[in-house]
Amino acid sequence: MLHFDCGSCNGCDIETLACLTPVYDIERFGVINVGNPMHADILLVTGTVNPRNKKVLVNLYDQMPNPKVVVAIGSCGLSGGIFKDAYNVLGGIDKVIPVDVYVPGCPAKPEAIIDGVVMALKKYEVIKKKHSDSVPSRMKWRKIAP
Amino acid sequence: MRETLLAIFIGLFATPLLGGLINGLDRIITARLQGRIGPPVWQPFYDVIKLLSKEKMVVNVWQAFCAYAYLSAAAISVVLFFLKSDLLLILFIQAVGAVFVVIGALSSTSPFSQVGAHRELLQILSYEPLLILVVAGIYLEIGSFKIDDIYAWGQPLIFKLPFLFIALGYALTIKLRKSPFDLSTSHHGHQEIVKGVLTDYSGPFLALIEIGHWYDIILILGLCSLFWATGWIGMIILVAITYFIEILIDNVTARMTWRWMIGYVWAMGLTLSIVNLIWINLA
Repeated sequence: MLHFDCGSCNGCDIETLACLTPVYDIERFGVINVGNPMHADILLVTGTVNPRNKKVLVNLYDQMPNPKVVVAIGSCGLSGGIFKDAYNVLGGIDKVIPVDVYVPGCPAKPEAIIDGVVMALKKYEVIKKKHSDSVPSRMKWRKIAP
Repeated sequence: MRETLLAIFIGLFATPLLGGLINGLDRIITARLQGRIGPPVWQPFYDVIKLLSKEKMVVNVWQAFCAYAYLSAAAISVVLFFLKSDLLLILFIQAVGAVFVVIGALSSTSPFSQVGAHRELLQILSYEPLLILVVAGIYLEIGSFKIDDIYAWGQPLIFKLPFLFIALGYALTIKLRKSPFDLSTSHHGHQEIVKGVLTDYSGPFLALIEIGHWYDIILILGLCSLFWATGWIGMIILVAITYFIEILIDNVTARMTWRWMIGYVWAMGLTLSIVNLIWINLA
């Protein structure tokens, strides 16, 4: 699981990190918060997308090996939230990368985030089956970030 | 002949299973020490199976080669251990594997990978002399490098080589990637320098490295078990206590700098080893 703060107000980030604490302990489901997109299967994105961090978001998404799932967290991640009409906001995460699970809330509750991640894990299994049918036998070279 | 085949079979197939199980128990105990519940005990296997099913993605084709080389070196060293071969040979093959991980990490241009690789080299520099001294101590005591002769020795080595056992503990902590020596990449920390030496390994190649790491864990724990080679029960109790102390140390210490690591491990480890070697010579 990789967490990317895509211009969030930190509300959803704090709730996301709360999932790792002894109170919620998301490692019960075998989920670990990693810092490396190349080791991640689930991308958690909080906050709105703007033209600057759009490139970073796409780069992180591209660096994750297939199969992968994306979870958008909070009102801002879903649609842009109260910042929707701001001049620099492109809108929700799904304007830039495909999103599999939407977790609403402002901020989203840790219970809702864990539920979203577990849903993402179920969806991961489905995508994995599809992926294994069309898996390329040759190695893929990772694009090096500009 | 049948015993040889059995040893090869156990070394190749049972060791990674045992290594993964130890890893799973480690994750649960660590979680309990931190007031959490922790993952299921089979989680490391789920992770590796998942990684194997992922897309093959490399920065540099040498990474794939290095991952395979590391896995084979680790597997060969463990098989040789089960064949009761020469300890020095086992250690050198294990060192070859360790160096291949570094080469693979250095073949990428990522700064995290490079920093991790350099720190890994410093870690190898710290623990290799200790491992060699431990083996030298065993040689001075029983007059052979063969594991066969260690098993044939009448009394547990730990009474004659207690300080060398502590020195081996340092090497074990570094090799298990545990605090305070988890500089290049950490077993439980996942964000620090973006996983360091493992940054650019992904998917199936990360799985190969992980399986190689399980072999390595078993090899070093096997070395620990040689200190009570007279009976199975004593051997298992000694290894279990050692591993539990490792987990405790991991949870109560903070990560230190590489300068501190080299200074401390060499000062303490080499002193303990040399004191022990002098003791054997005088006795």
